[in-house]
Amino acid sequence: MLKIEGLTAEVEGKQILKGVELEVPAGEIHAIMGPNGSGKSTLSYVLSGREGYEITGGSVSFNGVDLLALEPEERAATGLFLAFQYPVELPGVGNALFLRTALNAVRKARGESELDAMQFLKLARERLKALHISEDMLKRGVNVGFSGGEKKRNEVLQMALLQPKLAILDETDSGLDIDALKIVADGVNALRSPDFSALVITHYQRLLDYIVPDRVHVLMHGRIVQSGGPELAKQLEAEGYASVQAAA
Amino acid sequence: MTAHPTGHPSGAEGFLHRFEGLRSRLPGARLDFVDALRGEAAEAFRQQGFPTRRVEAWKYTDLRPVAAAGFDEPLTAIDTAPALPPAHGAARAVFVDGRFREDLSQLDGLGYAAANLAVALPRLQGRLGGLAADGAQPMVALNTMLFEDGLVVTVPAGVAAGVLDLVSVATASERPEAFHPRHLIRLEAGASLTLIETATGPSASRYLHNPVYEIEVAEGARLTHARLQQEGDAGFQLSTAYARIAEGGTYDNFTLNAGGKLVRNEIHAVLSGPRAACHMNGAQLLRDGQHADTTTVLDHAAPDCASRQTYKTVLAGRSRGVFQGKIHVHQIAQRTDGYQMNQVLLLSPEAEIDSKPQLEIYADDVKCSHGATVGEIDAEQLFYLRSRGIPEERARAMLVEAFLREAIEGVQDETARAALDAAVTRWWEGQEAAA
Ligand SMILES: Nc1ncnc2c1ncn2[C@@H]1O[C@H](COP(=O)(O)OP(=O)(O)O)[C@@H](O)[C@H]1O
Ligand SMILES: [Mg+2]
Repeated sequence: MLKIEGLTAEVEGKQILKGVELEVPAGEIHAIMGPNGSGKSTLSYVLSGREGYEITGGSVSFNGVDLLALEPEERAATGLFLAFQYPVELPGVGNALFLRTALNAVRKARGESELDAMQFLKLARERLKALHISEDMLKRGVNVGFSGGEKKRNEVLQMALLQPKLAILDETDSGLDIDALKIVADGVNALRSPDFSALVITHYQRLLDYIVPDRVHVLMHGRIVQSGGPELAKQLEAEGYASVQAAA
Repeated sequence: MTAHPTGHPSGAEGFLHRFEGLRSRLPGARLDFVDALRGEAAEAFRQQGFPTRRVEAWKYTDLRPVAAAGFDEPLTAIDTAPALPPAHGAARAVFVDGRFREDLSQLDGLGYAAANLAVALPRLQGRLGGLAADGAQPMVALNTMLFEDGLVVTVPAGVAAGVLDLVSVATASERPEAFHPRHLIRLEAGASLTLIETATGPSASRYLHNPVYEIEVAEGARLTHARLQQEGDAGFQLSTAYARIAEGGTYDNFTLNAGGKLVRNEIHAVLSGPRAACHMNGAQLLRDGQHADTTTVLDHAAPDCASRQTYKTVLAGRSRGVFQGKIHVHQIAQRTDGYQMNQVLLLSPEAEIDSKPQLEIYADDVKCSHGATVGEIDAEQLFYLRSRGIPEERARAMLVEAFLREAIEGVQDETARAALDAAVTRWWEGQEAAA
């Protein structure tokens, strides 16, 4: 599914990613943990094609496609989805219009028929219900005046609608109470299938109780320094990153 | 750009010449007060000619293309049946090339008085020219000198008049034509009216639409005035509105500039009684080669009044936007609450914006703020949309539309808001089709 080899990237002349090696096979969920500033968000932005990052080396292959050669919207069309650590507010853009435009753009790119307003509303209502999101969230401006938890749930709603092949969740659990955390986890678990993968970036082992990862990786100073099974997350929780640093 | 070296721009002579020739045949020629007003206006216009950029109020807008055009009288056949813009209510007053068209209008049985100016003139002594009395305004003087038709509305006390469409259609002609409609709107105490004005014109046809409005909002009355400026791409529209708002009255003006080659939207509003309110909002959507000027002069002349101004401008290609906003808070106008904001979205490095706010405050207990922002499309927002699969061009379009719709959201009257919203959509569809 996703294969990252020797990926190095700079921001404003400062090297942030220093040779990331990571492989996520189809159907697996991997977690990335690491201290603040280790490059987790940078990695997710580089994968989704945000401007301002200079890729200085390495490669990323996504289902055999050279991901780094694609525009952000093309990456989305091929099945990549990033749940932002800080979702962006779009005043004046209605959430319903936004979601429908995104869904139809992706459907069109995948050769599927576009949904009209009624068909969309029916689908959106189902997804909202499953995620315990109130319907009036559709009527508001995208993320405008949303609480932190609502913003994160809106990210999960987008993921549920766009049905990606690879979802990257960048600290989607931060600032969520336990109920919201379970909703987010349910959203991810509902997508689990042999051709869905996820990269779950988190600080806390807590989320991984609900989304049980196949592998856990530790990103430090722009490199994956350790990988293991779910028990690695528990060890990090107990001992902190110092132990990893020592081992690395 | 240099100002004219000497004398008047040539076009002024043509208008003065026409006035001399037509004077005895213009509407109201046999009414002394009308003829006297025209005579004074002609004298003022003779002395000033078209404003040049040496005049402070016209520093950013060069009228030489207008002055040089050499306009004729409209020679439209009286049975021309042009396509009319969509109606927003049952009542409408239609003007084709500035001439009132009774056959296309619907002003009967309204519960208030609405008529063509040329017919109503005998009853308008003291009212005509009552507000538009400033001799230092050459475009107003030109209008006074040559006006023929216009809309005269009087809504009696307490009457909720609903929606009235004011439609101006310019038709294609071989020679450039000029028309100078004069509209008088009066709302008596506690009355209300939603006036939706649509101005359209053919493409590639040069013409001048030079309307002047005299608007009186009495105690507790409320006028919503939505203006959809969709003139043809070679048309000039230079409009001047005077509004006087009495105690507890509200004047809510929204102007959408979506057409025209060279456009000026000038508003002079006076809050003359306590607790009066004035909203002057607008959006300008300018394509390559367009110039649009919004100039507002607001007088807070009574205590406890509120004013709100938000203008949003989107500039594409080599377009140019101008915003001049003056707020004058008189000494008596304690507890004034004033707000003025000019926001600009630049879509092209070749576009240009001039922004000149001006506050003159002579009262001491006043809340008055103003601001201006100039920006490009936000990169974070653009990336967010694209990361959801929305192609870049579409994502840009969504953000531009959002910027404009925010301005429209403030319009309280639903019919007016829907009309503006639809106009933005049409403009945007045209823009996308042209791209
Ligand atoms: N736009 C930027 N300009 C300069 N430095 C940046 C920028 N974005 C991130 N960085 C730096 O890159 C490093 C990694 O940041 P980030 O990827 O956000 O870390 P994480 O998500 O793991 O907390 C930090 O040292 C941060 O200061
Ligand atoms: Mg981060």
